[in-house]
Amino acid sequence: MVLVLAIGDLHIPHRAPDLPAKFKQMLVPGKIQHILCVGNLCIEDVHDYLKSLCPDLHFARGEYDEDARYPERKTHDWSIQAWALPWPSVPWSDLDSLAMFQRQLDVDILVTGHTSQFKAYKHEGGVVINPGSATGAHSSITYDANPRFVLLDIDDLRVWVYIYELIDGQVKVDKIATTLPAH
Amino acid sequence: MLPHGDDEEKWLAEGIAGIQHNAFYMHRALDSNDLKDALRYSVQMLSELRTSLLSPHKYYELYMRAFDELRKMEMFFREETARGTISVIELYELVQHAGNILPRLYLLCTVGSVYIKSKEAPAKDVLKDLVEMCRGIQHPVRGLFLRSYLCQISRDKLPDIGSEYEGDADTVNHAIEFVIQNFTEMNKLWVRMHHQGPTREKDKREKERSQLRDLVGKNLHVLSQIEGVDLDIYKETVLPRVLEQVVNCKDELAQHYLMDCIIQVFPDEYHLQTLETLLGAFPQLQPTVDIKTVLSQLMDRLSNYAASSIEVLPEFLQVEAFSKLSNAIGKVVIEAQVDMPVVGAITLYVSLLTFTLRVHPDRLDYVDQVLGACVKKLSGRAKLEDSRATKQIVALLSAPLEKYNDIGTALKLPNYPRVMDHLDNGTNKVMAVVIIQSIMKNTTCISTADKVEALFELIKGLIRDMDETQDDEIDEEDFKEEQNSVARLIHMLHNDDPEEMLKILCTVRKHIILGGPKRLPFTVPPLVFSALKLVRHIQGQDGDVIGEEISATPKKIFQILHQTIEALLSVPSPELALRLYLQCAEAANDCDLEPVAYEFFTQAFILYEEEVADSKAQVTAIHLIIGTLQRMNVFGVENRDTLTHKATGYSAKLLKKPDQCRAVYACSHLFWVDEQDGIKDGERVLLCLKRALRIANAAQQMANVTRGSSGPVVLFIEILNKYLYFFEKGNPQVTSSVLQGLIELIKTEMQTDGSSDPSADAFFASTLRYIQFQKQKGGAMGEKYDPIKI
Repeated sequence: MVLVLAIGDLHIPHRAPDLPAKFKQMLVPGKIQHILCVGNLCIEDVHDYLKSLCPDLHFARGEYDEDARYPERKTHDWSIQAWALPWPSVPWSDLDSLAMFQRQLDVDILVTGHTSQFKAYKHEGGVVINPGSATGAHSSITYDANPRFVLLDIDDLRVWVYIYELIDGQVKVDKIATTLPAH
Repeated sequence: MLPHGDDEEKWLAEGIAGIQHNAFYMHRALDSNDLKDALRYSVQMLSELRTSLLSPHKYYELYMRAFDELRKMEMFFREETARGTISVIELYELVQHAGNILPRLYLLCTVGSVYIKSKEAPAKDVLKDLVEMCRGIQHPVRGLFLRSYLCQISRDKLPDIGSEYEGDADTVNHAIEFVIQNFTEMNKLWVRMHHQGPTREKDKREKERSQLRDLVGKNLHVLSQIEGVDLDIYKETVLPRVLEQVVNCKDELAQHYLMDCIIQVFPDEYHLQTLETLLGAFPQLQPTVDIKTVLSQLMDRLSNYAASSIEVLPEFLQVEAFSKLSNAIGKVVIEAQVDMPVVGAITLYVSLLTFTLRVHPDRLDYVDQVLGACVKKLSGRAKLEDSRATKQIVALLSAPLEKYNDIGTALKLPNYPRVMDHLDNGTNKVMAVVIIQSIMKNTTCISTADKVEALFELIKGLIRDMDETQDDEIDEEDFKEEQNSVARLIHMLHNDDPEEMLKILCTVRKHIILGGPKRLPFTVPPLVFSALKLVRHIQGQDGDVIGEEISATPKKIFQILHQTIEALLSVPSPELALRLYLQCAEAANDCDLEPVAYEFFTQAFILYEEEVADSKAQVTAIHLIIGTLQRMNVFGVENRDTLTHKATGYSAKLLKKPDQCRAVYACSHLFWVDEQDGIKDGERVLLCLKRALRIANAAQQMANVTRGSSGPVVLFIEILNKYLYFFEKGNPQVTSSVLQGLIELIKTEMQTDGSSDPSADAFFASTLRYIQFQKQKGGAMGEKYDPIKI
């Protein structure tokens, strides 16, 4: 059982002062094995904070991140391949366009960012996730985004996707379960 | 004359041996009930205490041995007198025959104890006699220990109310009189030590004096334990007498210790009720006494007392504690001890402020008064450089923040910014960060332009350079942290009313624009996004607000945004500015403001042309432009054409061929918007894709020529996927034969290819799988795909 945190588009401090307190309470170090961050943190402080939650932090750079050292895409190989892609091709909210990337990368789980628009769906045998904005930051693409992050529970080929959303001060959890095809 | 270390050990050992030797014989005499002999040996034993050779510390050891023996003597005396062998009065006379005065007095006190216990005479008479007789010893160390012995044995025999030794109506006064007299004499002896001996050994002497202080202090302790000393007696008799001695002795060490002792030993409610008298003593003390520590102690105790229970608070108001303390400090700081270093004065004010916040938290005028007194003390001096003093000022300014948890309250104190003005730049910034952290921690929302103005005045050390001279020692990391906290702060400024919110934004802008090129990249983005949020808010309200005086319109806000982002060019931060212009363009699009959106795009393009020189940055920038432009629906045909033409043009001019190819096929989406009224220009889409193919071809050929290897086959596959996208969306120009041709082309390329690229192979394979998948779907989609053979 592997826990992976998918989080992105925090936009601290450009668009938001900090992660919501309730999220900070929930995200304690030691529980998560990997973090996939899809960019737009934007500052070193936040990067350090995420690293303190889990040392295995994979960070893909968004267009507002200040540190140019990091790549724009990141991949990992565990039992399941996943890619973090901070800003997919044009058009930004178009799922079919995103599908091209899925085919190109040939991955089971594709995590994207940039739009702050939460998405989680199954597509051609894989899963596409956009964890939305963890701070609910203003976005030109999404109106009124609630703060959100996604936790993946990967057990061999079974994947549970837990979606944590802050609505009116309360954290609500939603769940999607899927099984990936064996290769 | 003070003895030497090693010699002292020898003398002490000798003294102890002497005591033990005589004690042995004394016990033998006691066992055989030989009073005379016992007395003789006890006198010899006590003579060891006549030594002048020992330091107080060592003398104490000797004294304790003797003390133990004297206890046994006392027990013997009691038994003898009880038995009737000798009356207590006779014994009292007998011991006075001892040759030397010191042993005589020790024995006298011991018998005195038995005398009092026997109740054959009133306690007050015996005590009076003893305390006066002890005057016979004027040597400081010997006298102090003798009187300490007297104090020790008399504690439980005072004629207190409710004790078995209670006398007539005046009994408590007699008890008090005895203790105070003993105390006075002991203090005199103690002070005299200061003047003994050569000046060069003064420090050593003071240190040794310090070791004896508890002997003197014990008397005050005893006073506090007397049941009969109630508030009135304390007020009328005890305190005045004690203070008289403290002030008159004119000795720094004694005064400091005794004032402290008084405060520790007597209950807080007494202090509260005698505040004026107590405080009145302070200005009369020696100028070198460390009053601030004692006063701080007093205030801390009173603060804790106030915190202990609510019922106590009215007392504070009734005795006007605050004004008394405030006046006393003023007298001390300003008049009595003008030379007190600033750090001392500030420490006092910190204690007073803590007191005020505990006892009168609702009296902001008191709080302000304390700050004002501080300002007065600091004014006329250069900016503080003593790090202890500045630390204290930070503590002073942080206290109200912590207490009220609301910056609004601190902003109401007129003296608050004045205190900050006296800090040096470094500490000013530290304080500003403390303020911001307090706001962030309490998630306070600051909601009026006036408050924002006051706040930004307070933290101006962070917002702009304070002197003309640039501070060269700024640490990069620290600077970043500071500016990031200012950035976060901007998000805490909010009001739901658009007019007020606009005023807030303008106030913020006014301040940060003075920040200079180093600060703007941090502070401009949050301001921009805050403004964009306001625009969206106003949009949402549309139609509800009627009135001609509204200045909070999206148009107005966009004007402000334009000017604000422009400032970034002075940094220079073209890439950040470009991104922000694009954000504004999208927002203008949502507001249906075509000219405004066009202007923002123009600015973005200008930046791209003139300022973004790095090829990697260009790729990112052009993709951002294309992505944003694709989402615009406000442009008329002409404007749209101009912008798309520019975008495609720049895409084709990127440095590396693969980048060109990708940007150009991305542009294909500019001509097809998958919405109801969206533009759907199939021809222009195809033109783009074909151009992309040509570039991919060129890339292939170039790779062959320059490196002898194949080029990026993957480009063709990406383009194929794009063709598939438009095919599915129903672009009539993209036919199944076009697709077939492209598939064959790729197959050929991959076969002739010497080295194979596994990821390209995989990509092609999954693309073909997808086509197969679609064919098998059946229905309209299946029909579409049917002609394609793979």
